[in-house]
Amino acid sequence: MSKRSCEVSWKAFLREENLPHQWCPGCGYGVILKSMLYAFEKGGLAPKDVVVVTGIGCWGKADDYLYANTVHVTHGRALPVATGIKVANQSMKVIALMGDGDSATIGGNHLIHSSRRNIDVVALVANNLNYGMTGGQYSCTTPLDSRTSTSWYGDPEPALDVCRLSETAGASFVARTTVYHATTIEKYIGMALSHEGFSLVEVISPCPTYFGRYNKLSKASQMLKWLKEQSIPIERVKDLSEEDLKEKFVTGVFADKKGHSFLSRYREIQSRARNELESE
Amino acid sequence: MKKKVRFMLGNEAIVEGALLAGATFFAGYPITPSSEVAERASRRLPQIGGCYLQMEDEIASIAAVIGASIGGAKAFTATSGPGFSLMQENIGLAIMAEVPCVIVNVQRSGPSTGLATRPAQADIMQARWGRHGDHSVIALSPATVQECFDLMVQAFNMAEKYRCPVLFMADETVGHLRENCVLRSRDEVEIVNRKRPPEGLEEYFPYKADDDLVPPMVTPGSDYLTRFHSSTHNEKGLPTSSPQEARKLIKRLYDKIEKNKDDIIKYREFDVTECEYLVICFGGAVRAARQAAMEAREEGLSVGVLQLQTVWPFPAEYISEISKGKRGVIVPEMNMGQIIGEVRKAIPDEVPVLGANRYDGEPLTPKEIIEVLGEVVSL
Amino acid sequence: MHSHEGEIEIAEGREFLIRIRRERCKGCEICIEFCPKKVFESDEFGCPIPERIDECIGCGTCELRCPDFAIEVEPKECHDSEEKS
Repeated sequence: MSKRSCEVSWKAFLREENLPHQWCPGCGYGVILKSMLYAFEKGGLAPKDVVVVTGIGCWGKADDYLYANTVHVTHGRALPVATGIKVANQSMKVIALMGDGDSATIGGNHLIHSSRRNIDVVALVANNLNYGMTGGQYSCTTPLDSRTSTSWYGDPEPALDVCRLSETAGASFVARTTVYHATTIEKYIGMALSHEGFSLVEVISPCPTYFGRYNKLSKASQMLKWLKEQSIPIERVKDLSEEDLKEKFVTGVFADKKGHSFLSRYREIQSRARNELESE
Repeated sequence: MKKKVRFMLGNEAIVEGALLAGATFFAGYPITPSSEVAERASRRLPQIGGCYLQMEDEIASIAAVIGASIGGAKAFTATSGPGFSLMQENIGLAIMAEVPCVIVNVQRSGPSTGLATRPAQADIMQARWGRHGDHSVIALSPATVQECFDLMVQAFNMAEKYRCPVLFMADETVGHLRENCVLRSRDEVEIVNRKRPPEGLEEYFPYKADDDLVPPMVTPGSDYLTRFHSSTHNEKGLPTSSPQEARKLIKRLYDKIEKNKDDIIKYREFDVTECEYLVICFGGAVRAARQAAMEAREEGLSVGVLQLQTVWPFPAEYISEISKGKRGVIVPEMNMGQIIGEVRKAIPDEVPVLGANRYDGEPLTPKEIIEVLGEVVSL
Repeated sequence: MHSHEGEIEIAEGREFLIRIRRERCKGCEICIEFCPKKVFESDEFGCPIPERIDECIGCGTCELRCPDFAIEVEPKECHDSEEKS
């Protein structure tokens, strides 16, 4: 139910003239986009308050459907560009929209250090478990042994846990959900938007066209239900064995720590530097 | 007003020039022989409310510089060969998305890790063609510590004026040289800021260029929503695959530099018009070239020196003009011969062009140039 | 009762009305599968036909889960009041 009273409705962000969008039937990215716009509305944001940085890939097309300040950059580099934007223009809400390839495979180094630095940026990772845009190859989050266009005989590489990686590296807000649990997407994005420091929200999304078709989940609702079956709330993790958790998606809030963001620390550095300059 | 003169390292003068130009953001990654630029930036920028960001690699550094410029700051980075190679894709992004920024390359002996502490000029063709696709680019090259200061101001002015990256091609000899440098004050120097759109536009098109082929630029947060795009895009900043739009965009990005050569090309002439033998050089080779010319003149040889402060876009028309009637042209470079190719293309065939090349990690000295002068004279 | 507002199809039930923008719908059938009251039938392209509109309880699952911004649900009075104010 989208009836929300507030000055700027979520529809002010939606570039309707560019719909229908390019994502495949049943792809979850339209749901993630809508949830983000709901979160913008609930957060009292207007298009001019927001800078959306997108990378390259299916999710990277999201800025085509937005009224906001948008920056479409090279593959894997949305986070460092977002970092520069935020540092130079601190009143803006800066959100980096990245796929699993963008954020954790080619962009993995930036994900680690953006988390460690705890830069005041929101990373919204849409994880469809493969490289959809280029035809369904496996990425670093593709489940072990899955078939893809480049792993016909099974993916030989275990998947990376994006949330654990980001949390371990120092991100102060980390949460994962799936497109099946649609209402939590908006909730977590809302929490991320109001969080001081680096916040990462990962949303696992169905990819019926490639990952689904290669892994007997080609019907959109079928893959959505599969996401539900594969999800384990983080609260229940402690009473489950390693075996039970294999290839499962742990959902929920991994970290929600108050504390120093990069910008709050750097403001202290600027005051020390100014004092030294004045004393010269 | 007493001039403020400091005995200063080239790498430090680079930062002071950037500050005078209005830079408030540096993002970089330590690399010999440019680390002193980062060190001074990390100390000076927070003093003026600016920010130094040390990133996880050079790819992140140039990305953060692009972000900061999009965010409204004048931003720069400094690196050397290996980092310069890593930055190429995003330099292409800065070209396509038309984001003003300055990339300092304190060149060192390559290839690969090469001789980290030794000078070279072998990245100069990479500066022109280091990234994929049809495009043009601006590259300046300082030969003295004073030029490290003055040309950095020019680099930022050009970046802001033409909404593009500017490559600042120093090398280890100039970067690690210590000389007197006049720290000019803001009112002594022209500072250019990016062009803004007029108020009250019905709709702001982020990539709609004026007659000077440069689109006005907006800082996010103003009433106009703005867009930046790495893929071929239309005037609204939305992606397009229309051949007409693609051609129009690529031609505009190219022409906005190539059609403004008169404004962009800077050089210094030493007895250029009247000399019989002309030495054409840039950056770290200029000092040796001028000494060699002086010594040759004392031996009665008529030698002049043309120092290119702008290497790209290459001043081909000017060089073909002034080289008419010369008996020989010498191109000293600390590489196996790169700019000499451009010089040969620009010079009438009958004028012999010889390179004076050194690529062993040692700076070029007057001796190498005088030897080649001897060869060309005996031709 | 079905009507049209430009290319938007409106189906009015007892308490709720559903708007469908057929040109945006890609036939993923998610709304059909997940509607708790099985309001929709599927046409040959997999697009929803709100046959049993009166069963609609306005839970909004179809709108929430639609990836294509192709379907919206509203309480009827809210639709009428909007027109009055």
